[in-house]
Amino acid sequence: MNIVTKEIVFGNAKLTLTNQRVLYWKAQEMLILSDIHVGKTAHFRQHGIAIPDAVLLKDLERLKFLIEHFQPKQLMVVGDLFHADYNQNFDVFIHWMEQFQDVTKILIRGNHDRFKVEFYENLGFQTHIQKTIDTLTFVHDAVKVKPNTYYISGHIHPGVRIKMKGRQYLKLPCFQVTNQQMVLPAFSLFTGLNTRTTLEGMKNYAFTEDAILEV
Amino acid sequence: MSKLEQTEGYRIIHNWMADKGYAPFDFQLKSWKKYAQNYHGLVVAPTGFGKTYAMFLAVLIDYLNHPESYKKGIKLLWISPLRSLAKDLQKAMQTAIDEIGLDWQAAVRNGDTSTSVRRKQERNMPDILLTTPETMHLLFSQKKNSRWFKNIRCVVVDEWHELLSTKRGVLTELAIARLRSLSPNIRIWGVSATIGNLEEAKNVLVPYESVKTTIVTSKEKKKLKIISLLPDEVELLPWAGHLGGKLAKNVLDVIYENNTTLVFTNTRNQAEMWYQLLLNEDADLAGQIAIHHGSIDAKLRNWIEDAINDGLLKVVVCTSSLDLGVDFKPVDCVVQVGSAKGIARFMQRAGRSGHSPNEISKVYFVPTHALELIEVSALKEAVKKRDVEARTPMVLTYDVMVQFLVTLAVGEGFDKEKAFEMIRETHAFSYLTKDDFEWAMQFITKGGETLHAYEEFHKVVFDEEKELFVVKSRRISMLHRMNIGAIVSDAMLRVKFMKGGYIGMIEEYFISKLKVGMPFVLAGRVLEIAHIKDMTVFVRRSKAKKAITPSWKGGRLPLTSYLSHYLRLKLNDALKPSIRERELKFLNPLLTTQNIHSHIPKSDEFLVEKIQTREGCHLFFFPFEGRLVNEIMASLIAYRISKLQPITFSIAMNDYGFGLLSDQDIPVTEENLKTILSKENLMEDVVASINASEVASRKFRDIAVIAGLVVQSHPGKRKTNKSLQSSSSLIFKVLEDYEPNNLLLRQAYTEVFNEQLEEARLHEAFDRISKSTLILKEAKSYTPLSFPIKVDSLRNTMSNEKLSDRIARLQKQQYKLIT
Repeated sequence: MNIVTKEIVFGNAKLTLTNQRVLYWKAQEMLILSDIHVGKTAHFRQHGIAIPDAVLLKDLERLKFLIEHFQPKQLMVVGDLFHADYNQNFDVFIHWMEQFQDVTKILIRGNHDRFKVEFYENLGFQTHIQKTIDTLTFVHDAVKVKPNTYYISGHIHPGVRIKMKGRQYLKLPCFQVTNQQMVLPAFSLFTGLNTRTTLEGMKNYAFTEDAILEV
Repeated sequence: MSKLEQTEGYRIIHNWMADKGYAPFDFQLKSWKKYAQNYHGLVVAPTGFGKTYAMFLAVLIDYLNHPESYKKGIKLLWISPLRSLAKDLQKAMQTAIDEIGLDWQAAVRNGDTSTSVRRKQERNMPDILLTTPETMHLLFSQKKNSRWFKNIRCVVVDEWHELLSTKRGVLTELAIARLRSLSPNIRIWGVSATIGNLEEAKNVLVPYESVKTTIVTSKEKKKLKIISLLPDEVELLPWAGHLGGKLAKNVLDVIYENNTTLVFTNTRNQAEMWYQLLLNEDADLAGQIAIHHGSIDAKLRNWIEDAINDGLLKVVVCTSSLDLGVDFKPVDCVVQVGSAKGIARFMQRAGRSGHSPNEISKVYFVPTHALELIEVSALKEAVKKRDVEARTPMVLTYDVMVQFLVTLAVGEGFDKEKAFEMIRETHAFSYLTKDDFEWAMQFITKGGETLHAYEEFHKVVFDEEKELFVVKSRRISMLHRMNIGAIVSDAMLRVKFMKGGYIGMIEEYFISKLKVGMPFVLAGRVLEIAHIKDMTVFVRRSKAKKAITPSWKGGRLPLTSYLSHYLRLKLNDALKPSIRERELKFLNPLLTTQNIHSHIPKSDEFLVEKIQTREGCHLFFFPFEGRLVNEIMASLIAYRISKLQPITFSIAMNDYGFGLLSDQDIPVTEENLKTILSKENLMEDVVASINASEVASRKFRDIAVIAGLVVQSHPGKRKTNKSLQSSSSLIFKVLEDYEPNNLLLRQAYTEVFNEQLEEARLHEAFDRISKSTLILKEAKSYTPLSFPIKVDSLRNTMSNEKLSDRIARLQKQQYKLIT
């Protein structure tokens, strides 16, 4: 796996964008990601839609690699950790989590995270609806933007559609960044891209296996 | 065996017809006889000659002669591709039954049938059931459904030519195979219009070797008169088709000369525009003009169809939505706007006018650009020769098979071996291997060929007690029933007035580009969006003068190979002094210009034009093979030239040819053209020149929906199954990464080769080119043949780079963000 990074300043914090769908905050030693959707493949399969389960394993493999690379003290999931009701994928995930007991885990609950707080706590996650650390506020979907607050959110699975010469298009996942808002790409590879939402004064950091481009 | 004419049944039917002043046509009599002799087969006759009566009365005669052998329940099953057809057929059949004095019931069952009627039918099935392929499969998905089909004596597939080359045809084949397994003596008949491969059509419908088969063809010929509407002078014609708007006046004259006129256009977009054009030209038409296409609400469409029948409308602007279906008695004239692109389609549309036998069908042709007049002249020739396109049946459509297996499991459950044999009996799956079937079984029971233990996948399970494969989950059954069928449409939204009343359907893709308050046209009305909720677009009338007409995807049909053949012949003769055809005479100035500045390709020549303009160097090729094949050829040729010298092209094409444009000189000579156009390594180069995976991903969309990998959200239905939404392209990617052996993926690539690349046609084209004389002409400016290609807006760039290469190029290039 090839990790490409780019440093940016957002809300007075120095942050590291990566082409692997995560954000690293060095000052806090925090790895930030969103929309893992654990259980999505199994949920589809429970409903008779044959999606290969290897997708989840690949996601977890990627996450493990990233944790080992950045060695964070904290893991922040900005919502949609789980996709749906309890299913077999959860066991796989919970078992997988055991190897990272030393990492502090924080979950900002998203629209898909409908279990009781105790459930997450038993898994070792502190949960919040919104959480401010230093200058940054974490929330799953930033609907209202208050002055002088800097939001990091997920939820919309942002992507960009890039037009090339001669009617060619390319769709890539991206980080959407404005003065006050940063929307993270969905971590799971089994997620679609939303290329339609736009924010005022938005910058997109799109990425591929070997590059991060500013569009 | 006694002669049919001497039987009681024949006498009753004959007398009934005589009372009404009819005598049976030869082909009707012949089909009755063949039916009585236990034949299966195909009845072929032009529209308006009573194809329905050929089969329907054959069954009645048989019943009248052998009433004791008929048991309770459905006796005749009538499968037709169109819902709208069923209603009127049922009426006609019931009237006949009543007049003859039988106690039979004929009833319709399809998507429009209300739940209460359906429940009633399930308790007590009618004697004749008129239905669609999809509804047949829905019936198969019901518990204890086989009791309904045990006493069926005959199944008739109406408009078989329409179903033949589609996945709905495969659904029909499978339905017949199951009916035959339930009622082994069932007689199978198809009703078809003339197509190029009738024998094959019959064998697909009745692939069983142990039965007698026949094709009954009518001697009656429909008389057809094709008249082109010509503008005053040739220059008046807009180049690449601004829809011949200048001819609206001429069309009006035609409309007023006749009772009721159908104006056929090729796209919904064109239909909306012509509706406006005609109204603008003559406001008096208001109230007597209607617009009919696939995106208009079904109720409104039904109303329009009834109004045509009642003679309330003077003119209806329509698309292929009215190609088939009920006979409209008052229609005495058809106008075709733009080329119909195919001989069969043109004849079908022509047949919509002058419906009674022996009446002449009149068709007026409105060219949307000058060269289309050559197409008309080619059409006339083809019609004269009765040379109609063949329809290639689909084979090994694994998506349909997977759907069918789950349908059986949802219904009564199935035995693996028996199901395999039954499916193998059909033409579509006659080459199905045991391995491929095993794969499908894995796919529906375990969720794919997999190393993991997928305990949560319980789509189809083996019921130890019944020893059958069944679906136990009610939710899966429900999701599957919603998904039965093989028509995949784009995500559509319903369009509804704020105050109530549906107007029609519109693609999500189009709506997503509109903002609230922006005016657009649908069903001839200018509307604006108020808001969107639950897959429904709420609109109000707009006062805006200018509005956008939605462009629905699809709809641009390529020229068929049959027509392109005649086109080349016509061009060959176009400048002969002896030519007397109106269209060609009219085009003479244009063709002469082409001949002076470049060349008119004879049928054994292949023309390439090289033109230097301010934009760069153009190369135009004229294979006349239809848009799709021309597009593939364009990227192939671009690829081959770029192997000679690194060069980037932009590509444009139409039905006649394609153009390559580069900012540098394109290094072609008559010598190297031979290599560039050679048929050596054809398919290898084609694959190298296109991004096959991207094209296959697009093809995979339908497959994913049919095989149940994508849950479609239905307009008007509240439940959108949000947690199960995913896009087919995402699933395609996931499968390519994790399950490359998936048969559905393989099918997507096969479909690309057969349909997108039209491999067979491509081979033929290159074969022909290799035998032709290559002619390279350098012209000073655009020629009449090349100019339409130049202005054609569909452009793309030849690119076979990898993603990372494209990105690298992208970073150097100027790019623009699309939001």
